[in-house]
Amino acid sequence: MVDEATKKSLAQIPLLKTKAGPRDGELWVTRLKEEYQALIKYVQNNKDSDNDWFRLESNKEGTRWFGKCWYVHELLKYEFDLEFDIPITYPTTAPELALPELDGKTAKMYRGGKICLTDHFKPLWARNVPKFGIAHALSLGLGPWLAVEVPDLIQKQIITHKSEQAEK
Amino acid sequence: MATVKDLQKKIKELEAELEKERREKQNVLRPKISQMSSEVVDSNPYSRLMALKRMGIVDDYEKIREYCVAVVGVGGVGSVTAEMLTRCGIGKLLLFDYDKVELANMNRLFYQPHQSGMSKVEAAEKTLKEINPDVEFEVYNYNITTMDNFTHFMERIKTGGFKSGEPVNLVLSCVDNFEARMTVNTACNELGQNWIESGVSENAVSGHIQFIIPGETSCYACAPPLVVSTKTDEKTLKREGVCAASLPTTMAVVAGFLVQNTLKYLLKFGDVSYYLGYNALQDFFPSMTLRPNPTCDDRHCVNQQHAFQLREKSKPKVEKVEEKEDDVIHEDNPFEIQLVSETTEEELKNSEGFVPDLVQGLKVAYTTPAPSQNSDSGAMVDNTEKSLEELMKEMQTL
Repeated sequence: MVDEATKKSLAQIPLLKTKAGPRDGELWVTRLKEEYQALIKYVQNNKDSDNDWFRLESNKEGTRWFGKCWYVHELLKYEFDLEFDIPITYPTTAPELALPELDGKTAKMYRGGKICLTDHFKPLWARNVPKFGIAHALSLGLGPWLAVEVPDLIQKQIITHKSEQAEK
Repeated sequence: MATVKDLQKKIKELEAELEKERREKQNVLRPKISQMSSEVVDSNPYSRLMALKRMGIVDDYEKIREYCVAVVGVGGVGSVTAEMLTRCGIGKLLLFDYDKVELANMNRLFYQPHQSGMSKVEAAEKTLKEINPDVEFEVYNYNITTMDNFTHFMERIKTGGFKSGEPVNLVLSCVDNFEARMTVNTACNELGQNWIESGVSENAVSGHIQFIIPGETSCYACAPPLVVSTKTDEKTLKREGVCAASLPTTMAVVAGFLVQNTLKYLLKFGDVSYYLGYNALQDFFPSMTLRPNPTCDDRHCVNQQHAFQLREKSKPKVEKVEEKEDDVIHEDNPFEIQLVSETTEEELKNSEGFVPDLVQGLKVAYTTPAPSQNSDSGAMVDNTEKSLEELMKEMQTL
């Protein structure tokens, strides 16, 4: 269901403790701190294993997140804007990760550039409420999605590398 | 060079074309009707509906004009739902959706290609007002799952009824994703608002409606989502290169179920369904009542359950005769064979959490483990002395 590399990186992300969403006041602040701790650890892990692949920040309420993610294909780096809102039902429901600039370019996407996850993601998320957080959603959802979709989009010439765009 | 005759002919053609265009553009708008009449004349849009009274199906059809329904999501199911209610002469409709009309929606009913690019609620309001100007509309083009919009959404459900300040009579969820369904569920549990959930599967060959009375019937968070089995092997389901399929037929069937149940509930006729499934491949319709989960994750659901039990207790008691099912005893069992489960029932329950009793043809999409007392094997985040601002800064400087 998930490949070994994903499993390993997933296991190294610390789990979260507080079940709280953006409507829960002070508890949400606690949850948000846990989210940041898990994300920081995840980025550090990625750097250590030479697999750094995203940057993320949020508004001060922690309800809107934005940043960049990238994927290296044949030694070229393809970078995309990443954004998502924290739904009021979080963490019972996972955030819907979106890559707006790829909207309409792949069928594996819902409107607005929200990525279409596999059948395994939702049950897995549901079984791990509230332990999974944003870092887990990235590792389990966006990482595997990029690994499948980006090479496909490049091969179909739907996306091209920035250096090639500059030449044109 | 064109002759006068040619030019005259050309003018005639253009005039005819202009006339045709003008006629097409001219909107035939009927005036508002203040009182529903049961007079059977060609010009009465309500005559066939009012006939329901004469036939003894509905006692007081005109009541529909005092009811207000909120339709959340006006896509394949929601737009048809709103159209049916509009044609039935509902008093007021609240429509919520953040999406735009696209050509990719044209395999479904209601929207037309020339509406592409318009917001769905705006396009729907325009069409529906033309069909029936007696209906009052309130439309909101936003995503209900985000913080800012959710507060407003709750407020409209609570006070946006036919009489201002009163709640709507029923919320119909016609959304296409789990997050939005859980959002409607959260709002309705908090408000004690009755609602009907509806859905069509991503492979387009099954669907369901579920009537939720907070505290009395199972809420959407009481158990994992239910799935109508269609005897197709989910593992062989091909998802290559697509997210979801859709059929106008399945969506119209589900919209029909949804509005039928709405009319039965509002106008008090027939039996209201609590869960009705639709398996399009075998034409099978499982139906059942779902009781709430006493350990539901949503604390408002649990509170509503307590409130419901109190209400029930205060009601006069009706003696119930329970039918006892006899244990099956085989008269002849010389080897004393007994069926014993390998795992105890408790073990099974803990691994699966709450699973409701379901009729044949229904199953849960997945199971979630019961909350465990012992701490998890995985490493948890440490308690930190750092403030949120410090953590945000640390993340930025990585």
